[in-house]
Amino acid sequence: MSTTSHVAEASVSAPAVSIQRLTKRFGDFVAVRDVSLQVARGEIFGFLGPNGAGKSTTIRILCGLLEPTEGSATVAGFDVARQPEQVKQSIGYMSQKFSLYDDLTVAENIDFFSGIYGVARHLRAERKSLALELSGLTERQEALTRNLPGGFKQRLALACAILHEPPVLFLDEPTSGVDPIARRDFWELIYQLSAKGHTIFVSTHYMDEAEYCNRIALMYRGAVIALDSPTALKRHLGGSSLLHLDTPDLLKAMETLSGVDDIEDVSVFGGGLHLRVKDSQAGVAVTRRLLDAAGIPIHRLEPVEASMEDVFVSLIEAEERK
Amino acid sequence: MSSPDTPMLQARNLTRHFGAIRAVDSLSLHVGRGEIYGLVGPDGAGKSTTLRMFCGLLDPDEGEVLVDGLNPVREAHAVRDRIGYMPQRFGLYTDLTVNENLYFFADLFGMTGRERDDLMEQLLHMTRMEPFRNRQAGKLSGGMKQKLALMAALLHRPEALFLDEPTNGVDPVSRRDFWEILHRLVRDGLTVLLTTAYLDEAERCHRVGLMHQGKLLREGSPASLRKALPEACFRVRSANPRPLLQWLRVQPGVTSAEFAGDAIHTFLPREQSALAALHSGLKAHGATDIVEIEPSLEDVFIVLVGSRSQGATAAAGGAS
Amino acid sequence: MTAFLRRTRAIARKEFLHILRDPLSLAMALAIPFFMLLLFGYALSLDVDHVPTVIVDSNRTPQSRDFISHLQGSRYFDVIDIVESYAPAEQAIQRGKALVVIAIPSDFSRQIQLGNSVDIQVLLDGSDSNTANIAFGYAEGVVGAYNATVRAVFANRRGAGDVAPAVDVTTRVWYNPDLKSKNFIVPGLIAVILQVIASLLTSLTIAREWELGNMELLLSTPVRPRELILGKMSAFVVIGLADASFAVLVGRFFFGVPLRGSLLDLGISVLSFLFGALCWGLLISAIARNQLLAYQMGLLTSFLPSFLLSGFLYAIGNMPVPIQAISYIVPSRYFIAILKGVFLKDIGYSIMWPQLVFLFLYAALVFLVATRRLNQKLA
Repeated sequence: MSTTSHVAEASVSAPAVSIQRLTKRFGDFVAVRDVSLQVARGEIFGFLGPNGAGKSTTIRILCGLLEPTEGSATVAGFDVARQPEQVKQSIGYMSQKFSLYDDLTVAENIDFFSGIYGVARHLRAERKSLALELSGLTERQEALTRNLPGGFKQRLALACAILHEPPVLFLDEPTSGVDPIARRDFWELIYQLSAKGHTIFVSTHYMDEAEYCNRIALMYRGAVIALDSPTALKRHLGGSSLLHLDTPDLLKAMETLSGVDDIEDVSVFGGGLHLRVKDSQAGVAVTRRLLDAAGIPIHRLEPVEASMEDVFVSLIEAEERK
Repeated sequence: MSSPDTPMLQARNLTRHFGAIRAVDSLSLHVGRGEIYGLVGPDGAGKSTTLRMFCGLLDPDEGEVLVDGLNPVREAHAVRDRIGYMPQRFGLYTDLTVNENLYFFADLFGMTGRERDDLMEQLLHMTRMEPFRNRQAGKLSGGMKQKLALMAALLHRPEALFLDEPTNGVDPVSRRDFWEILHRLVRDGLTVLLTTAYLDEAERCHRVGLMHQGKLLREGSPASLRKALPEACFRVRSANPRPLLQWLRVQPGVTSAEFAGDAIHTFLPREQSALAALHSGLKAHGATDIVEIEPSLEDVFIVLVGSRSQGATAAAGGAS
Repeated sequence: MTAFLRRTRAIARKEFLHILRDPLSLAMALAIPFFMLLLFGYALSLDVDHVPTVIVDSNRTPQSRDFISHLQGSRYFDVIDIVESYAPAEQAIQRGKALVVIAIPSDFSRQIQLGNSVDIQVLLDGSDSNTANIAFGYAEGVVGAYNATVRAVFANRRGAGDVAPAVDVTTRVWYNPDLKSKNFIVPGLIAVILQVIASLLTSLTIAREWELGNMELLLSTPVRPRELILGKMSAFVVIGLADASFAVLVGRFFFGVPLRGSLLDLGISVLSFLFGALCWGLLISAIARNQLLAYQMGLLTSFLPSFLLSGFLYAIGNMPVPIQAISYIVPSRYFIAILKGVFLKDIGYSIMWPQLVFLFLYAALVFLVATRRLNQKLA
């Protein structure tokens, strides 16, 4: 937060993470399928998809923990298959499932990770105070980690992951189960780190969290089915628009509007329905006509901006149709 | 047995400790028949504990909970006959097939013969799981496991369904199917109490209760919760959002300004003058797109919890 | 069918499916008894044969050599050296080359001819007191037999007619005349095997359901704790009986342990022991809530006591009194007593009923405690 950090890397202009036709098989099961993408330095890159989509496997390969079956990847300029040790020195990793030792104090955890990340002795004190500042725990160094309130554990885990100032950070579902305030605070930290030059690779199954990223890759069943900025993805909902319909008789409305030409998809959303239409105006007209004819009252019918979930669903359905 | 007027599910001053921690603190709520009620809050808020007390899996330390007029502490078996429960980890047997899991739970619930077979067919059809009857539960995808757990909970035609974070990590298509199924069931009279950590999921419920550190902060329909905030919510886009955000935060009258995705959400008093006063400053800091939006439930939560931790403010005091 | 039976049967059926689909556990459940039988029954022998022996012959007469040939002919002694003085013999013991030294006094032949008793000195390596004691016994036996032989020959030579042989040293051992250790190991082994299988299999099953989250769902259904326990037990009783039958068959036909009692008595005692042992495993599993802890508790509370305190290998009477007191609550103790009775003595329940009553009471008590402990609350 105070000093700018010098983030070392193999080459300034090269992408921080580069993945080429990466495939990983476990026996018959294809966990990662022909993934290719590049992440620029300082970018906040999101990996979005449900559990089992292949996000964690991909991250583990990038961390040098798993060997690819086919294809290759470089992180901070080092090949993950052939130079895993250099890769490990250039990355920080934070996972939702485990990052810190609950029965150690805040200070002890920081000391421990300093040790295993090989932080030079003369730098340890400085990095430690930076970490404490970053996580807002300077006053609480001696607290047991398990007693820390919700979001602080996340922040401490993040701080520990960057003790050795890695150019690339991998965060695996970092804000799972945290309250929205803590989540936003956490993302503030990520923005700060990105501004300092760290490249941040986040994986999440929480659709809305993707909006915090510069670019996201949607993963489904091992493959990347879309890759763009959140705004661009939402705009190109396959070229369609979204309408929101509020009506007291949801299911009847659903039945009435399904299978109609101008309405591509009808789904329950919130207390109402989302209708995916080719054209907003035409869609509104058709909907009104059908519902009036069926005697179904309309409380609200208007275009809305697609959410990441809408985008994802339409993409998945397109995949399924292939 | 409760009359048609009394709520299906009730909690009165429900309190539960685990050692020194108050997991649930004087919680009161009620859920009517055919309603989907969502208990929302982060991990540790007390949602699962509350749910378990409704199911009779934990006893309250103080207060009471009623399911269809029955008290799970004293009449545990009567309650269990009437409810379905989907715990967080689903609880299915991974080495048993879909069919075997269903037959097992049918036996436990006393469903036999024709009635059971018909119901199983119905459920398998509704969830589109017919092709997976003979697949081992461990080999199902997350969304399918969820559907199987739901079927197992519905086998005895319960009157109330308790779901603990049912769509956690599940793919969005399965999640939509799931909600569609829920709505169908609810139309037929089922009452649903579910928990979730995701506020966007809460938007799908009829009514929502926001929980934080064991307490119920606020409840109501998503729409009413959004309207209950005295301020208006504006979305501001800018090429350079961070200095803009910092500037906004120090402006008088701005109750809150936060990042939300690639934009800033800020809460201002509803009066026209409030926005007008800031207009020039906003433009000066590169604000391009300023539009009033309906706050999301996440915004509501942040304002409520933020104001609580800062002590009483207009937001908390003004809202009724 | 009543709800109780239906639910219990559902639990039992599910448990069978789990067992069948976990080939590793199933293989262990059958392989462990097999290896234990092999190890303890076959490879381990408490019988003492071929004890390395050094003989000090201070007499060096045809008489003494005749005596020595008796020792050499016995399968219990492996005469590695015959020396003329103590020094090399003592060295042999010190170096560990010999366990026993038998010293023939210099006046051996004269005393024999005079018809007096002779003192044969037996020196033992006390560091292995078990073997030493047994070797001493054998030595006494051989000496005694020789004594009798000599007197008989002597008496006949003198024409003294029927001479009562010298005091018969060898004691007649009741019920196990060859003192074959297998005969008393194998019945005890059956008890230990059943105890191990019971605690191993059952101590994990409920703990696993806790760990995987199944238990939380189960508790929210109408199933009652006693149905859970009885249902799970039915599945494991089948495995336990299979193992017991296997062990009995191996004991009878492979090791040649006689089976003199009735199979019905055997079956009843096996079932009552199994019931108690399985319930105990289920109780541990319900308490422990995770598999690792359950396994350790199982090992500590069932396997170790049944191995050490039940009279399987070590006589209870030789233990310190407080330990003896503890052995009274080890069910294997009673079971082994019944087993030995059924195998070797063919005695019925007119004699063994106290042991059987203990097993029944134990099973009932543990069942009640387990049911109570597996209450339907998470905390």
